[in-house]
Amino acid sequence: MMRPPARRILLQGNEACADAAILAGCRYFAGYPITPATEIAERMATKMPEVGGVFIQMEDEIASIASVIGASWAGAKAMTATSGPGFSLMQEGIGLAVMTETPCVIVDVQRLGPCQGFATYPMQGDVMQARWGSHGDSRSNIVLAPASPQEIFNLTIEAFNLAERLRTPVIVLSDEIVAHMREGVLIPRIEELKLEKRTEVVPATPEFKFHELSGCDVTPMPRLGTGYRLNLVGHLRTEEGRVSMPPQSVPQVAFKLLSHLADKITAAEWEAKKVKTLFAEDSKTMLISYGSPSRTVESAVKEARKAGMKVGCVRLVTLWPFPENQLQTILEGMEEVIVVEMNLGQIVDKVKEVVGRSTRVTHVPKVGDLHTTEEILDCIGRAAV
Amino acid sequence: MSHPLLKYLREDWMPTLLCPGCGDGTVLQCLLRAIENKKIDIDRVALIAGIGCHARLGTGYVAADSMWTLHGRAFPVATGIKLVDPSLHVVVLTGDGDCGSIGLGHFVHAARRNVGILALCFNNSIYGMTGGQVAPTTPRGTITKTTPYGNLEYPLDLCSLAETAGASYVARWTTAHPLQLTKSIEKALGKSGFSFVEAVTQCPTYFGKYTLQSTKASDILRWFLRNSVSIQQSEKLSPKELAAKIVIGEFVDVQKFELAEQYQLQLKKKSGDWK
Repeated sequence: MMRPPARRILLQGNEACADAAILAGCRYFAGYPITPATEIAERMATKMPEVGGVFIQMEDEIASIASVIGASWAGAKAMTATSGPGFSLMQEGIGLAVMTETPCVIVDVQRLGPCQGFATYPMQGDVMQARWGSHGDSRSNIVLAPASPQEIFNLTIEAFNLAERLRTPVIVLSDEIVAHMREGVLIPRIEELKLEKRTEVVPATPEFKFHELSGCDVTPMPRLGTGYRLNLVGHLRTEEGRVSMPPQSVPQVAFKLLSHLADKITAAEWEAKKVKTLFAEDSKTMLISYGSPSRTVESAVKEARKAGMKVGCVRLVTLWPFPENQLQTILEGMEEVIVVEMNLGQIVDKVKEVVGRSTRVTHVPKVGDLHTTEEILDCIGRAAV
Repeated sequence: MSHPLLKYLREDWMPTLLCPGCGDGTVLQCLLRAIENKKIDIDRVALIAGIGCHARLGTGYVAADSMWTLHGRAFPVATGIKLVDPSLHVVVLTGDGDCGSIGLGHFVHAARRNVGILALCFNNSIYGMTGGQVAPTTPRGTITKTTPYGNLEYPLDLCSLAETAGASYVARWTTAHPLQLTKSIEKALGKSGFSFVEAVTQCPTYFGKYTLQSTKASDILRWFLRNSVSIQQSEKLSPKELAAKIVIGEFVDVQKFELAEQYQLQLKKKSGDWK
């Protein structure tokens, strides 16, 4: 049988995201039309039936994430895609996914906000919402920030793998520019990919513990309808998945459960905590960015280098959990750190926390459009003085 | 000899945390009896609930796959499950607040899509779990914790809404009609499309106390019997007379295209390019 070869095709970021999801084994997509994320749903509507998967347009984003959780427990790798306003509506559902340890992928194509903002203009306003949006100290979301159609392709596959391995929601934090930009995307052959598979845990055993709350261990996920008689709850529960417990043990059980949900994300041996650097070795000034602004940052840094300035840049690919250790090593001994974000300042405080008081941190905010190379060069110039 | 339905329950989780005289147990028993009578494999049943007394009862104490999800969101969770595994018996346990207020949109759309799930609504006409606040089903004039001077709003008829939205099967009974309720659930379990069965259930702790000045279940059950009218009887009543009544019976029983089944048919035509 002929296998399709690896090939490079021209794709929009949103299309690349949908294609990658299908390649990663996504077989359930639920969504609600919203600019600038709609193309993901449209492509899924066409392609999902071709691979035997389910596409459904739900009545709103609340229903979209809820049905994704149901689909995931029925055995399908599942995903939804939206933009800021819809992402806000999904927060309660994301909390349910965290609490029930449901693997799912949520794509948030960020747009200008708050509120309706401007649907066709870009921003990176949802960085903190992606991390802290759900109530109750929910900190299990993994957040990945792509900067190109190729990268959203790769990170969407990565997102499914992480979601399945760690049984947690993974958020692909795209933005309007990445979503609508067209570039060549290398589509690998499926056998070249490492894809995380759902482990079938049948037959049911009476000893089966629904959740081992032991640090970072993640138990295999049973499927509804296979005899486990699961009691899945958004409520606090014990290792057996049991809700009723003596009142005096609630604080202990709660601490154990919440620690488990947090620890499995931070302590697991996964390689997604990614940062990418350029000219890091001999730089005195480092620029930090993520997502689409990192593209102009990169070209500005290259120009500054031509002019002989000792400047480099770091791009955060994994936003949450924050790649503190990697960043600390890279930024050691820097005189100046410049944070370039398409917002009024979200990741900059985290950077300040990492570098401490000895290094000067400058923030370059902008909303609704990318920084120009000149704007960034200006900042580099001021830093060099 | 043990009770024939005991095998469906987690005895070691008992007692339940529901109040004495609560009608939710009666409704749950009717559901389990219907599952037993229809000889449905309990391991192929998924009970999906939102939030409320009914949800707390129906998803923990029953030894079956169950999800206690978010307030009002059981319908979309169930829709996702049904579309992925169409042969599963997906039962949504919902309440009058859960499906008539916070989850109203989801309820209407599940009925409109005619997705093959059974929605069993425990309607106690009050917010019980939070301590007796007004619900969208509370009769006008009722004094509750959040309507201390009397409820000014008109109550919502969940069955007529389900009918308008396009459900395949719609019926209403009270906990004073357990045999009829069981029969309706059996019938609903046999339907391929969306079915909605409303069980008007007694909440002695709040609704009984506020409306009948009695916290005795038997008083409320007698009140249900006195105030229940059949669909035929209801047609002879004026809107004013009808306002104080509970119309019971089967409102809808039609055959329509079911979503998950139709989706599978569409898939067969489309799939094949990728394997």
